[in-house]
Amino acid sequence: MKFFPESASTIAPQSDAIFFALIALSAVVLLIIFGPMLYFLVKYRRTNRVNRKMPKLPTMAMEVTWTVIPMILMMGLYAWASEVYFKEERPPLHAMEIDVVGKQWMWKVEHGEGNAEINELHVPVGQAVKLTLASQDVIHSFFIPAFRIKQDVVPGRYTSEWFEATKPGIYHIFCSQYCGTSHAQMVGEVVAMEPAAYQRWLTEKSPGSTQAERGARLFRELGCSGCHMGSTVVRAPRLEGVYGKPVPLQNGEVAVADDAYLRDCILMPAARVPGGYAPLMPSFQGRVTEDELFALLAYIKSLANVKVEGGQP
Amino acid sequence: MNDEGNYLEAGHDLKSWLLTTDHKRIGLLYLGSILIFFVLAAFAAAMMRLELLTPQGDLLLSADYNKMFTMHGVLMVWFFLIPSIPSVLGNFIVPLMLGAKDLAFPKLNLLSWYLFIIGGILALYAIVVGGVDTGWTFYTPYSTTYSNTHVLTMAAGIFIAGFSSILTGLNFIVSIHKLRAPGLTWFRLPLFLWSIYSTSLILVLATPVLAMTLTLMAIERVWGIGIFNPALGGDPVLFQHLFWFYSHPAVYIMILPGMGVTSEIITCFSRKAIFGYAFVAFSSVAIAVLGFLVWGHHMFVSSMSAYAGTVFSLLSFLVAVPSAIKVFNWTATLYRGSISFETPMLYIIGFMALFSVGGLTGIFLASLAVDVHLHDTYFVIAHFHYIMVGGMVTTFMAGLHFWWPKITGRMYPEKLGQLAAVILFVGFNLTFFPQYILGYLGMPRRYHAYPPEFQVYNVLSTAGASILAIGYLLPAVYLFWSWRHGKVATPNPWGATGLEWKTTSPPPKHNFAETPVVSEPAYHYPPLTD
Amino acid sequence: MSEGILKEQFDSLEQQHDASRLGLWLFLATEFLFFGGLFMGFAVYHLVYPLGFAAAGKLTNLWCGSINAALLLTSGLTMALGVNAAQRSRAPAASRWVALTMLLGAAFLAVKGVEYADDIHKHLVPGAHFALANQPPAQIYFWLYWTMTGLHAVHLLIGLGLLAAVWLKVRRGRWIGAEGAATELTGLYWGFVDVIWIFLYPLLYLIDRHT
Repeated sequence: MKFFPESASTIAPQSDAIFFALIALSAVVLLIIFGPMLYFLVKYRRTNRVNRKMPKLPTMAMEVTWTVIPMILMMGLYAWASEVYFKEERPPLHAMEIDVVGKQWMWKVEHGEGNAEINELHVPVGQAVKLTLASQDVIHSFFIPAFRIKQDVVPGRYTSEWFEATKPGIYHIFCSQYCGTSHAQMVGEVVAMEPAAYQRWLTEKSPGSTQAERGARLFRELGCSGCHMGSTVVRAPRLEGVYGKPVPLQNGEVAVADDAYLRDCILMPAARVPGGYAPLMPSFQGRVTEDELFALLAYIKSLANVKVEGGQP
Repeated sequence: MNDEGNYLEAGHDLKSWLLTTDHKRIGLLYLGSILIFFVLAAFAAAMMRLELLTPQGDLLLSADYNKMFTMHGVLMVWFFLIPSIPSVLGNFIVPLMLGAKDLAFPKLNLLSWYLFIIGGILALYAIVVGGVDTGWTFYTPYSTTYSNTHVLTMAAGIFIAGFSSILTGLNFIVSIHKLRAPGLTWFRLPLFLWSIYSTSLILVLATPVLAMTLTLMAIERVWGIGIFNPALGGDPVLFQHLFWFYSHPAVYIMILPGMGVTSEIITCFSRKAIFGYAFVAFSSVAIAVLGFLVWGHHMFVSSMSAYAGTVFSLLSFLVAVPSAIKVFNWTATLYRGSISFETPMLYIIGFMALFSVGGLTGIFLASLAVDVHLHDTYFVIAHFHYIMVGGMVTTFMAGLHFWWPKITGRMYPEKLGQLAAVILFVGFNLTFFPQYILGYLGMPRRYHAYPPEFQVYNVLSTAGASILAIGYLLPAVYLFWSWRHGKVATPNPWGATGLEWKTTSPPPKHNFAETPVVSEPAYHYPPLTD
Repeated sequence: MSEGILKEQFDSLEQQHDASRLGLWLFLATEFLFFGGLFMGFAVYHLVYPLGFAAAGKLTNLWCGSINAALLLTSGLTMALGVNAAQRSRAPAASRWVALTMLLGAAFLAVKGVEYADDIHKHLVPGAHFALANQPPAQIYFWLYWTMTGLHAVHLLIGLGLLAAVWLKVRRGRWIGAEGAATELTGLYWGFVDVIWIFLYPLLYLIDRHT
């Protein structure tokens, strides 16, 4: 009989510390309530002969005490839990990135090196890993109990979560947001490995081309290159050096060319058009799958540091 | 003294029941109907618990299991818990406590019951013709695009039953404002009325948002496009905001009335006025108001912004304060009382324990970092069952026993009653406490099959559920028996205060031979000396 | 004017009337929250998709919307005059004002019908042949437009039914105090239908025109 879940990430002990503080607090509160309550119930039972004359009680002082003290304790816990939450929400800058697509009823994982896996996620220990999550259909949720993290995967946008595994081993992945008939089968395993073993796994299972190379192929196949590439680009912006940079928009606002913006540009091009260009681009809604989108973004990302001769980026 | 006889004797044919505008009879109509829904929803729960005995998922197909938990959730929430105390006990007791002849709008009250029944029949129809598999939360886009079950019929049933809630709440608010007996000022009201008033505010102000949300979902399902559709740039998470804007306050609909019952019973069986009347009364209102501002705590991992998360977390911590105030005041009420342990009091003592555990674990879920781990696991299931079953069902049983002599004019067998209260407490804890551990270990909710390491706790839970079932069946049997064969009840068998005890048991058709006049504060028990 | 019928649960007509009025106010509060979900959705998407909403907002029929605003506001005035007459027990005047209110309400629906036909003609129904195909958020705008104005029209239709009932009672001379109260309550409901349009009109017809 197990009482504690496996603890295998840097966040897990921090989350557990709050959990146990809450248990301690609960125990104290229950004692404070039920100690006196049981005592009163026994002592003042109707058949017992005791003094029942009510003394004058400082009612107001009592009410204030049992309102204010719990409130202060709770504010402390609130601040603590929020602080750890912000750590969970903000991936470190050096985190390595892996893309995950959820669809009824499986998880498809794509590594930048090109390795793809289904219902498995190989990661190195001692290295922060940021997962970018996308859903092909309904809302899912990517839950790794041993890491104490969970994030809903919402169709139409990217969400992310990060962790740093601390212990090699195999841990559960659960879909924790109800997603239809085989929701309970949408489970998988995280395989946390020593970094060297992870590198070996990457090369052994390598499909031969990286995610960005696959993206470059798609870029040509879908016809993106017809407008966004070549020497005489006038109708559409070139994509070299664009990723992560600010983009002035037609309506005077400035967007940042991050995953979310580029995703919108591909699926809903008319919504936020870059300044100086006519809204000519067709929508690719329904024409690319989520994992193809990930590949396209990986390709655009790989162009981030490429300089273009003569043209403006 | 009264030539018309009691309300049960005023006509025996079906028409005299189905066309009655007497709030007492309507209360009994509700009692009968919610019990049917309870039995059906409990059956679904039993099927789920049996399925979960083994990890493989061998009893039901996953699709059928999904329909079971949807049926359990929908029926329990909208067709049992929400109407339980307000529509059954509230209908019966509120006018009596007010010293009034009836509610302000008796015909509207009957209409509420019919709407409830029509909604219920639609929901049952949806279940019979094939069921619904979205869960009671109807999250988009699963409910709008992907589920091929009878979502529309079910939503229509809930929509209509929602209007029943709205009209009931409206009736209570107007009655409490306008029909108080002479001398019954706001601060002389029994606390049950304060809690019903707060509940009604939520019913009136939150339910229409649910109605709109379900309407939007239904239009989107029929039309094939809509505002929750990501392909148009719509946001499925907006549905969750709107849904929980109703459904979180609805959680308080499912506990506030129970708190009111607790205040009535704890004072009666310790022969003392409530400690800190104003604090208990206003904490109900505070819960109702704050309850509207915490819906986001259901969505900490939904991709809502982290800053919004911290605000909702803060407010969720704060909403625990008024509940804590109530528990402390109830405890203080016992001090130097003259305490006896009849069945209603036993249920209430159990309630205070279960509610405290349920409330404290709510704080776990309000804590952001911890919720990220516990969200959508069995920890959440255990938490809200401690509130819904440990809180609402236990107090419903307490209230039913407390007012049973008034409702039927008969006493139930006391010893059996006490036994049932203890069985319910034990069975409940055995069923749901293991689920806290399951949740912390990481078992997600709505799984019909699970990794074998979770089996021990699931077996414990299922075993507990069978004890819990006895805790429900036993009162069903002896209460039914006592209606005909119980000892005849006096007008005030518990020696309680409150206007409902100043009339005969059962009350005459128009409640009071003459309008009572109130000259004392609530719970004005004679001072105790030794 | 004879006394209204006092129902048994009340002690006085005044108490009974107060109770009905409070009841109706509460009901209107639920109605506001019912529409509140839609307003909330509109506000959120307006913020997220300013371009799409601006493009769509220019396509609504400003003429029809404005005429309807005028019709409905006028009907609010005639209804108030009707209630006033009823409270002074001037039955003929009350019946005239109520009839005029119904006429204005019906005219509103007629204009709305013309507008809907025009909208359909311009392919402003979300779906396969939508006019602004390259602006998906514009479909959300029109989805909300149809749902909001449609629900408003349903409420207006119910209001017309209530008015007709009041009008018939007054015409048949069953003129008792309670009908004065009924006229007032119906007037309150009509006011609500008015107020919803006062919100819808600028949201759907005006705010996106200047951009």
